[in-house]
Amino acid sequence: MIEAKNLEKRFGKQLVFKDVNFKINDGEFISLIGHNGSGKTTLVKIMMGLEKKSDGEILIDKKQTIGYVPQFRNIDLDYPLDIEQFVRLNLKWKFSASKRHEDNELVNEILEKTHLTELKNRPLGLASGGEKQKAYLAQSLLNDPKILILDESTASLDVEVKMQLMDLVQELNKKFKLTVIFITHDYELSKKYTKRALFFANKTIKPISIDDVSEDMFELGGR
Amino acid sequence: MFGYEFMREAFIASTFIAITAGIVGVFVVSRNMSFLSHTLSEIGFAGASFGVLIGISPLAGMILFTMVSSIAVGSLSSESSRREASISTISSLFIGLGILFLSLSSQSSSYATNILFGSIVGISTKEVQQLMILAVVVILIILVFYKSLTFDSFDHIGARAAGLKTRLLSVIFLITLALSVSIGSQIVGSMLVFVLLTLPGATARYLVHSVPKLIMVSVGLSLAGVWLGLYLAFVTNWPVTFFISSFEVIVYFLGLSYKNWKLNH
Repeated sequence: MIEAKNLEKRFGKQLVFKDVNFKINDGEFISLIGHNGSGKTTLVKIMMGLEKKSDGEILIDKKQTIGYVPQFRNIDLDYPLDIEQFVRLNLKWKFSASKRHEDNELVNEILEKTHLTELKNRPLGLASGGEKQKAYLAQSLLNDPKILILDESTASLDVEVKMQLMDLVQELNKKFKLTVIFITHDYELSKKYTKRALFFANKTIKPISIDDVSEDMFELGGR
Repeated sequence: MFGYEFMREAFIASTFIAITAGIVGVFVVSRNMSFLSHTLSEIGFAGASFGVLIGISPLAGMILFTMVSSIAVGSLSSESSRREASISTISSLFIGLGILFLSLSSQSSSYATNILFGSIVGISTKEVQQLMILAVVVILIILVFYKSLTFDSFDHIGARAAGLKTRLLSVIFLITLALSVSIGSQIVGSMLVFVLLTLPGATARYLVHSVPKLIMVSVGLSLAGVWLGLYLAFVTNWPVTFFISSFEVIVYFLGLSYKNWKLNH
């Protein structure tokens, strides 16, 4: 479980959010919505320990490893690694042959889970947008995370590919009780796949039911 | 040609240089640091002239200057948008300093040409030993940090997301780069050491798709370039750097054509 108690974040004098209280349950699939600059990425960075909170508390079980799929990657057409090698970047160095064998099996299993087995030898630079996102997802799954954060991962994809990726994430969420935190500007997707949302507006964050989410929250975000 | 001692030494030294540059080059290219490696060569020239001026070895002067400035560039330009400008600034300063140091010291201009463009005859047994030790140090550093350095170099954003200390890795890499530049300058010269630090690594990207293979191909091309260059320089008495750079450029274009051909078939 992730719990925020009176969480507050400032950059210098500038307030990002304050009085933030919420709980995210294990195995939940939740949306993070709100206008650009409202602090969604800042919140997940605090969860991951990449950014410091200014006040209050954020409680996450230390054993719960987090997988993060960022929005942008510097992958151009000439990027040399193939999909499998890109995914393997997240492996640690292993001395024993049996551990390396375990790693190979783990990579195969994750490529299978993310439907990338057939594509594993394709250079990532030449992969489509959806294939790239699946590769980013696969790489983040190598640490066996209990929490998966998708940072606008579907933003640049066409509708059909978006749905495929989200179906895959939903499958992982259900089968493996993976907690999924989905930062998005996509009203349809958050309605379809999540039951609750954290709504970022007016310098704070409120947990709301997905039934209370309306389209204008994505456009204006309560600026 | 191995009947001559200077050729044997040049051959051993270049072999070590080529292996080091081939390995480091793969990371230089994937970290978009080709321009920085070029600048470090110029800084190396200033360091070598400084060494001559104050009476320490040119190699020691070079290591001193490249180390200090690579760390300075690293901390000045953690934002990649600012990197180009800060590299140009530091580069300008050091070219000026290099020329000043050289004119203040009493060395002739042929000495400057050796530092800048390399020489196969000017290297002593002791210098070869120094090069070998430094090359081994660079390779060991890369080996120790291999996994994290690879992750950071080929997917910086993913590495940060996975919680790697990417800033520290960047400094460690800049130190190995500074050492490689200092080593490489001894044979191919400080102006063209970046040939070995960029082209074999860049060519490899068109041919293979995993990091170990990139390193193997890059080292192979780098070795082929210096061995062929040394042989042709010995036979023709033309500068070794000319042959090395021509070879690496030709192979680069062949690699690029191969990649384009493969895309269309």
